[in-house]
Amino acid sequence: MRLDGSKAQVDFGEGVLREVNVTLVEAKVGDYVLVHAGYAIQTVDEKDALETLALWKEILATGEE
Amino acid sequence: MAEKLRFRDPELAKSIAQKIREVAPKDETVKICHVCGTHEWTITHYGLRSLLPHTVEVIAGPGCPVCIVPAAEIDEAVQIAQKGVVVTCFGDVLRVPGSHMSLLDAKAAGADVRVVYGVADAVEMAKRERDKEFAFFAVGFETTAPSTAVEALGKPPENFGFLVSHRLIPPAMELLLGVGDLQIDGFIAPGHVSAIIGLKPYELFPRVYRMPTVVAGFEPIDVLMGIYMILKQHAEGTARLENEYTRIVKWEGNPKALEMMERAFAVTSGNWRGIGRLPDSALKLREALSAYDAHAKFGVKVEQGKDILLGCECHLVIIGKIKPDECPMFMKACTPAKPIGACMVSSEGTCRVWATTATRST
Repeated sequence: MRLDGSKAQVDFGEGVLREVNVTLVEAKVGDYVLVHAGYAIQTVDEKDALETLALWKEILATGEE
Repeated sequence: MAEKLRFRDPELAKSIAQKIREVAPKDETVKICHVCGTHEWTITHYGLRSLLPHTVEVIAGPGCPVCIVPAAEIDEAVQIAQKGVVVTCFGDVLRVPGSHMSLLDAKAAGADVRVVYGVADAVEMAKRERDKEFAFFAVGFETTAPSTAVEALGKPPENFGFLVSHRLIPPAMELLLGVGDLQIDGFIAPGHVSAIIGLKPYELFPRVYRMPTVVAGFEPIDVLMGIYMILKQHAEGTARLENEYTRIVKWEGNPKALEMMERAFAVTSGNWRGIGRLPDSALKLREALSAYDAHAKFGVKVEQGKDILLGCECHLVIIGKIKPDECPMFMKACTPAKPIGACMVSSEGTCRVWATTATRST
């Protein structure tokens, strides 16, 4: 949401905003981050998430891996 | 993102459950072990066990970081608090029993014990209240340890110390394989620990122990897929390391977090409640940061504590040997309102998860 050095304002959804420490990740405004105890520990790959679901559906449809 | 992603899609869940039934063995049992309190929550909350055939059993290993903190370390935190130091901790830790009392008991008797959302908030408090001494009770697995590392390396104020109780997951998984009558056939590795450590630390499980190992996320689709991937390996007679949770877990993990952990901590042996001493399974502050070590700073060291009360079966629940409802005290003497064992205290404890979702094994 907003980035200021090691601190970022993160939107937790439904209007919940909280300051999160982003020292451990390379995040830019607009990225999704995984937050644990006030620290972003990983950026979330949205494209990968969508591809994963598509892949699971494909596996289930064909029975092949 | 949530509206576009369907990691809770019931139709997809049903198709995976169908695939699981097809690939599951008919005449032998496959026992899959996860080591994460959040996996247990997902499995129990969404009733995933009810979707599995009777030959597939999913058990919960030592995946609750609060449950495995030994009583001796709770005792140390209590003693520090009783010395007039402000002890800050995660909410789950407050009621974990020590040998004589919990931090909540100490607080009730007048000690200054404060719940924080994370270590950064504790450091901020210490900066604001320079006239008091502060300690942060650093509990948690590899998911939490990096945040402690960042603060420890970030020149905290002089009135601040860390009581480091961090533990590492792979040594606990290895221990489970040595428990003779547990007979695990596959591991679901924890997603958020793996977000930090990556896949490499699990390599030995398929290679040395021939154990199918799948890192999985925490949505119902993730867990079901993880179970399916293990069963498929089992059916093929192979053992591989696979990653179901690619949107979060990379091969190398989080290099920055690992680097900071490496700089802040040395690996040492550590006691686990209900398990005992495990080599290379705990973290301690490195020499260069010893000024912030709460043991030395506040002069406490408890070698041995009383981990398990008479009649409590936490030590068996923690390693997945028994299910919560096989403990005679479960939901009788030991309830979420009045927990006796650590597994009933933390929201990640297996007993607490079962108690709050009213699931029973059949």
